[in-house]
Parts: sequence; C-alpha cells; structure tokens
Amino acid sequence: MLAYIIRRVLYALPILMGVNLITFTLFFVVNSPEDMARMQLGAKHVTEEAIDKWKAERGYDKPLLINNQASGIATFTDTIFYDKSVKLFAFEFGSADDGRDIGYDISQRMWPSLAIALPNLILGLLAYITFALLVAFFRGTYMDVGGVILCVVLMSVSGLFYIIGGQYLVGKLLHLVPVSGYDVGLESIKFLILPVLIGVVAGIGSSTRWYRTIFLEEIGKDYVRTARAKGMPELAVLFKHVLKNAMIPILTGVVVILPLLFMGSLITESFFGIPGLGSYTIDAISSQDFAIVRAMVFLGSVLYILGLILTDISYTLVDPRIKLS
Amino acid sequence: MTVIKHISSWTCLVFVLLLAGCDEKTWNNPYPRDDANKNILYSSFSERPKHLDPIKSYSASEYTFIAQIYEPPLQYHYLKRPYTLVPLTATEMPKPVYFDKAGNPLSLDIPAEQIAYTIYDIHIQPGVKYQPHPAFATNEKGEHLYHELSLSELEKIHILDDFVQTGTRELTAADYVYQIKRLAHPKLHSPIFGIMSDYIVGLKEYGQTLAKAYETLPKQQDVAYLDLQQYPLEGVQVIDRYSYRIKVNGKYPQLLYWLAMPFFAPMPAEADRFYSQSGMAERNISLDWYPVGTGPYMLTVNNPNLRMVLERNPNFHGEAYPTEGMPDDIETGLLEDAGKPLPFVDKVVYNLEKETIPYWNKFLQGYYDTSGISSDSFDQAVKVGEAGEVGLTEEMIEKGIGLSTAVATSSFYMGFNMLDPVTGGYDDRARKLRQAISIAVDYEEYISIFRNGRGIAAQGPIPPGLFGNRQGERGINSYVYDWVNGMPQRKPIDAAKKLLQEAGYAGGVDAETGKPLVLHFDVTGGGPDDKALLEWFRKQFKKLDIQLMLRNTDYNRFREKMRKGSAQIFMWGWNADYPDPENFLFLLHGPNGKVKHHGENAANYDNPEFNRLFEQMKNMDNSPERQIIIDQMVEVVRSDAPWLWGLHPKQFALSHAWYFNSKPNLMAKNSLKYKRIDPILRDEKRKQWNAPVVWPIWLIIIGLLLAILPAVVTYWRKEHQLPHRQARLD
Repeated sequence: MLAYIIRRVLYALPILMGVNLITFTLFFVVNSPEDMARMQLGAKHVTEEAIDKWKAERGYDKPLLINNQASGIATFTDTIFYDKSVKLFAFEFGSADDGRDIGYDISQRMWPSLAIALPNLILGLLAYITFALLVAFFRGTYMDVGGVILCVVLMSVSGLFYIIGGQYLVGKLLHLVPVSGYDVGLESIKFLILPVLIGVVAGIGSSTRWYRTIFLEEIGKDYVRTARAKGMPELAVLFKHVLKNAMIPILTGVVVILPLLFMGSLITESFFGIPGLGSYTIDAISSQDFAIVRAMVFLGSVLYILGLILTDISYTLVDPRIKLS
Repeated sequence: MTVIKHISSWTCLVFVLLLAGCDEKTWNNPYPRDDANKNILYSSFSERPKHLDPIKSYSASEYTFIAQIYEPPLQYHYLKRPYTLVPLTATEMPKPVYFDKAGNPLSLDIPAEQIAYTIYDIHIQPGVKYQPHPAFATNEKGEHLYHELSLSELEKIHILDDFVQTGTRELTAADYVYQIKRLAHPKLHSPIFGIMSDYIVGLKEYGQTLAKAYETLPKQQDVAYLDLQQYPLEGVQVIDRYSYRIKVNGKYPQLLYWLAMPFFAPMPAEADRFYSQSGMAERNISLDWYPVGTGPYMLTVNNPNLRMVLERNPNFHGEAYPTEGMPDDIETGLLEDAGKPLPFVDKVVYNLEKETIPYWNKFLQGYYDTSGISSDSFDQAVKVGEAGEVGLTEEMIEKGIGLSTAVATSSFYMGFNMLDPVTGGYDDRARKLRQAISIAVDYEEYISIFRNGRGIAAQGPIPPGLFGNRQGERGINSYVYDWVNGMPQRKPIDAAKKLLQEAGYAGGVDAETGKPLVLHFDVTGGGPDDKALLEWFRKQFKKLDIQLMLRNTDYNRFREKMRKGSAQIFMWGWNADYPDPENFLFLLHGPNGKVKHHGENAANYDNPEFNRLFEQMKNMDNSPERQIIIDQMVEVVRSDAPWLWGLHPKQFALSHAWYFNSKPNLMAKNSLKYKRIDPILRDEKRKQWNAPVVWPIWLIIIGLLLAILPAVVTYWRKEHQLPHRQARLD
C-alpha cells in the first residue's frame, strides 16, 4: 500500500503544477499587475510612479511566464509565475497584498469553516441515512411516494432560499437563534445551530435520493432475500445487513470530501458572517489579491487529491477483498 | 419505535444546544448576556479595512475606525451647516500669512497670483496624551522597553497585547511634523503624496532624499527603520513644543480641509520605531493593524474577519458636546447634551456583516442601533407620499424608529469622452448632440425607479450644501430644465429632437453619411441585476432614435479603456474629499484629464475658458467674487455638457428610540464621540421584541409523528400478522 501511496503522491505533483499554471493564467487574463496595484492603492489620486513602485516591491514588475531579457534557466525562473508558485510546494504561502501572512490567516480561519462543516457532515449523514432507510423500509407505501416527492421538492429549491428563509423563519420570526454572527468557544454554539440546520435540511433532498438508491440496490440482492427467508425481521435486515453493505459507496462520497471541509462554504459563511476560508477566498477574488487566490486554489487541490487517496485507502478498510497495488 | 427514538433524541439535542448558548429571555441575542445593560454601541462593517495607518488610509470603511482614534488638528463642526471647520487639537483656526517672492508679508486680500508662498502656524493644546501603548513603555531610566527587541524576545509575542508594559506621553508638535514627513516615505505609498508635493514646499525633493536614504540603510529581513527626525523638511517645521509651521507654494486655502483628515494626524516617532523592528511584520504587528492615537477611542480588538472593538481611551484629553448648531437642532433635541463631556459611549462593537438582509433583521430585533436602508428593505421601512414626501411605515413608527436624510456631497454622472470623434469636441454639432441627450435621459425617472427616490437630479457639478451651488431658479441647468411653477421641469423631448436635428442627426440619422447614429455605452457588471437598468438607458436614447450599444467589460478593462480614452459614454462618480467647489470643478479641469495627464477628469474635458476660470477660482476664499466665477464656470460646462449631470445621492439613516444625537454629517468621520444611547431602554425593547416562539417546533414534531404513525402501524401489523397467518396455515 505504501508504494501505491507514494506513486499517487508523485502523480499529484504534475497535477498541482498544472492547476497552478491554469490558476495563474486565468487570474492574469482578467487582472494585470497594474490592476492589482490600483486596487490596493485606492481609487483616488493614484500616480503611475506609485503603481510602478508597488509592482516592483512585490515582484509584479517581472514578466509573467517567460523572461526574454534573461538567459539560461533564468528565462523561466526570473518570472512572476516562478516567484509566486514554486514556494507553494513547500506550503509557504507568503504574504497577501496588504502584507498579512497568508499561512497565519489560513490557520485562523479554517476553524470556523470546520465548526460548521463538521457538524453539518455528521448530522447530515445521520439524517440522510435515517431518512433514506425509512423511505426504503416503507418502499411502495405512501411514505415512499411522499418521501420521494418531498425530496424532489427540496432538491428544486435554491440554496440561497434555504439560507434567507431559514434566517427569516428561525431567527426573525421565531426568535430561536441569532440571525447571523459568530463567536469563539461555547458562545459559538448558538451561532452554529442555524447554519448547520439549514445545511442539513438543504441536503436532505439530493442525499436521501442518493442513499435510497443505494439501499434499494442492496435490498434487491440475494443475501437480503436469504435473510428474509430465514425469518429475520425487516428492521434487522436493514440495519444489520443492508446498511453495512451499503457503506462502500457511502464512504466513497464522504471520505473524498473530508479534507475539503476545511475550505468552507462561500455563501453560508457570507450570509452568516462566519470568518471562514470560504469568505476569505471570496474576499481575495473581490480585492484581486492573487497571493491569496493562488494559495487557496493550491490548498484546495492538495486537499482534493488527499481526499481521493484517503478514499482509496478506506476501500481496503471496509472491504477486505480490495487491495491497493 | 427506533425511528421515534431517533427523532426524540435529535429534538432533545437541538434544544439542549439552544439553551446552552442563549440567555434566559432572548434566545436570539448575538451578544454576551452580561453586556445587555452596558453602554455599548453596536454597529457593523462589511469589508475588512485594508489600512489603518493614517498615512495610507483613504476609504470610508477605514475612516470608520481611524477617525475615532487619530486626531488631526482640525475637525468639522458636528451640527453647523454648511460644513464648518473648527479646531480639534489646535487651539485656534490657523490663519494664513502670505508672502511674495522676496519674502515680504502681503495683505490677506492680495490676488492669488502675487502670492509666492503661504505660511500656516498651527498651535496645539498642551496636555493631550496618547492612548496606552507598548511603544511608550519605559524603564526606570526612561529607556524604551520594546524598541530594541531581539528575535528571541519576539518569539513569545503574537499580538500587541502580549507586550505586558504600556506607557503614554504628551502629544507634541513634532508628532504632526513627523506624520507630514511620512507622506514622502518611500515604503508607505501615501495616496496624497502626489498632490501634497505640489503644495508643501520641498516635499517632492524630500521624497527623493528619503528614497536614497532608505536604499543605503542596513536591512534585516527587508525591514529598516528610517528615522525621519534626522531629515529636515523645508516646508514643515517645529516652532516649539506645541507649535508647528506648514509652508505651501502660492495660495492654497484647501490645506485647511486636509488638516481635518487623518493624513495630518500626529504620529509619534516611538510608534514608527517600535513597529519597524525586524520580526514585527511577520507577526502582523504594524501600524496598519494596531493604530496609536490621542482620540476618544482606541482599537482594542482588531479581528476584521469577525469583530472590531473600539473602547474609551483612558487618556483622552476631553472635549465637550457642541453648544451651537442650526436653528432646528433645538427642536430635534440635538442640543440637549450641549456642553457635556465626550464621548458618551464606552465601547463600540463592529461586527462583520457581509449581507444586508441579516443586518436588517438584526436591526429590527434591536441588535443594531442604527441602519441604512438597502433596496431590499426600502418598502418595509419607508413610504413615499403622492407629493414625493418620504416618511416611515407604520411598522417602523410603532418600534419608535427615527429617520434622518441628507444629500451626499457626491455626484454620480454619465460622461462623454470629449476625445471621441462623435460625442466629443467643442463644435456646435457635438455640443448640441450632448445637450439633446442630456434632455432625453430622464434622471428624475431613474431616481424614482432605480433608487427608490433616494437622490436628487443634479443641475451641475457642485452638490447642494457646498459653496457655489445655487438653489432655485438661478440654480437650474437652463439647457435641460425650464422653471415652471417654482420647480425645475425637464424640457420636452421635442426640444431634444430639435437640438438633435440642428446637430445634423435628424431622426437619429447622420445627415452626412445617411447612416443611423449608433453610440456606445461602456459599462461594467451587466449581470441580471443590471439588465433592467441598462435597458432603461437604451430606451432613453431610443426617444431620440439613437441606437445605444452596450459594451460590457469587467471593471479592470473598463478602467483601462478610460485611461486610454477608448470609451465613448460611461458612468462615473465622485465623493468629496472636502466641502469646497474646487474638489468638484477640478474634475473638469483640462490639465487634470485622464488620458493625457492621468488625472481624475474622466471625460477629458478641456475648455480653455473653463481652465482659465478654474485657475482663478481654485485658490480664492469663499466670497461673492468667487461665486461669480463659479457661476461662469458652471454656465460654460452646462453649455458644453461633457456630463449628463446625473444625481446627488440622498442618504437615509434609521435609528432606534434609544439612540441620540443622530445628525448626518457627511464630512465629519469622527462623529462617534457625539452619539449617546440608553442601554436600559434598549434591553427592555429587545426582550419585548424577541421572546422565543416555540410552539411551531412542537407542531412540526407532532406533524412528523402523525405522518409516520400510519406507516409504523401498518408495519407492526404486517410483522405480527404474518407469523400468526403462517401458524394458522400450518
């Protein structure tokens, strides 16, 4: 397995380089270093001299990808791309355009993102699996039909509607929790209830449908028929056999997103005023801060690749028939 | 039954969590329970301030904080209108002394062109002290404790509060001089260095001197402390401990307005020395993050990802609430606190609120003390009468919410690129085309549809409330409006069509080429939200049978087009730096053109007559003579019509019954100290408005149980009847 993991990590390097290159190209197609300087220096009374100084101090006065003025290897190394991208592989994110340390900011902001994402994942899984089992258990009855209709309705509603509607209903009309905000420690619980609840409810439709399909596929297999023929109660069939065997596709979906939980949710964090990495990324895009954008895209790519590797490993843990080679 | 158990345990969990984090009577209170009755004001910010260093800071979101911390020598009177400058740390208003080239003093009424330079002597109050700060901490010998820190000593330091000792010292004139020198610091990039180096004697050369000096300094991790005290600046000098002198080229009365901005606030050299140490920047400990001032408040929490907190500065020198104001300030209770010591509020908590909807909901629940009005909530808050008068809705009145409005010292206009071969130029053909369009684009309708009436159609470049703006019949743009029944009335579209015909575009067709007239409107955004707006503009041009083509780009490309002069028609805006007509008229001054001179004249308007009058007017004191020149200038630009004058936005602000001394002052950014609240009344109202409503939750739970019950019963029967039937069959 170790050889497999090493190989996968080595495969990741050219992928990460490619992601970096694409991010770099896309960013600089839209924003030039001059645009970045103007954004940082403000809208009024900005002189060309000040722009040139700003670019020179941050290394944005160099060519983007190829330096025709340089010779040898410096043609590629004396460029913005090389300066800004290579250190990322050592997880040195550098400073944002306003001078703040990006690594420090990420370490501070990943916890609020995680504070929402983790309970959202755990409670969501519990709710979706329970609901999907319930619907599968009562398959063919009004519960099944009603459940499917409800799921389709829930799937059809925009995520933003859940947030605004949830804030209006639970926060404004019922006065049960704060409409928005965040705090640290135990004080944070009252702020997390609503975004987590909304996250869980918003995911019920699609996730329940997905898990129901998995369970129904398992229910149709021979071992279930055998268990029933032996007189095993239906609840025991579902929880002891079907749920256990359905874990492989469920794990596939869950493990792959585990590392990405750090990255936060863009809309939820924005509407609830939660200082996570999602809002950090959005703010950086708005303020044309390439240093943060490239760090967050790189981090997202690394975590995604990590998620895929973890998924492969988890297969071997839940199904002894699978071996990584 | 397992299912029911699941649901019950989930419900319990939710309620336990709810109760754990909420206070006894209001569950939705986002603040700590102990703060309920405290003298704390609650506000918000939507974007993190980029700079808190007063030499760099230049945006409203940054001034919200630093204007309460730093004290320039002058400030705007809180209540008087038009906006009036008064001393802040200065003992009196600085008086200009004019000199000729030979250094002989001149009388005050001498024409500006004869003045070689002007001297302002500024005297500050003794006894003003800085907030507690580690930069001032000293040992028994008077040596600074934290000015020579090694990297190992810094290992334990992560935030400013990690420095155990703090100190203070008296404000001196040298601190003001030090800050003015910082304008030229090569690493700071002050946005006003360019402008100020045109006026402050020797500042431009001083920038070059500092750049050379900085290059030669030994640097640790690219950090070096440039002691500005070692480098004299000709135009700014310390006279004595409490007095300093600013020498400006020629006559520049606008300097006084600049002296009310944080750019000219004092900066102790100790703070600069302290923050310039190696290792500080890596820890984000800098002047951009931890301000040090003499103002009524100091920044005690700086977490722009979550919360910023200002608390009363224990060393504040004291100031009294104004005793004079406008006549109606007595009726509105704005002078009830006259003479009382400032500030009234102990602490101000600014929470990060990126979206307007949650902010609005929390304002209605009493968790924010004031609010603006976004488009989403306008109808809920404000009703507009048939005559156009605005008032609050019943819901707002019942809550005791108050409304205040003010016309901003800003202009949002539509501009023509005067370098463009079709819309630009100064001949009759182009001028009449622009005048025709000025009549056709109905800004009254625009304000009504797209701004809920929050604005007034502009008659020229100068907003109301500023010297130079004329009201009434004399103030209307006679090229676009007629004066009818005591009101300006937009000219009929036929008048515009006639002008268009005279311009050679009868019926929207170019008489010279026989082709339809197609104009290009360069816009940014253009998303679904802007669709109606852009379509509206197209319809306005359609009134004249002119085809308006939209050229949509992102903001960066748009700015590039503007810099290169390739845009034809565009929208732009300007917020006043200071309440002087020069700050708006310079937007049309030829040598300030964007393409040729990289200035702020986005239309690239360059009329020699206007330029001549501008040079004459810009350095004059406000006087009838200045008004006459301004009238001439306004007449010239109205005739040339390089802009559709657009609108001046009207700001609407709501405040709760427990919030006092609310008067919009769009120039004074340091008005927090005047605000007062009644926290007892606020707490009562919060409890009254936010009692938790629990019954719907039980209703939902019962509904779910009822929905599941028949299925459970069916299953139970199936499970129990099957063995029974099987037994009977056997």
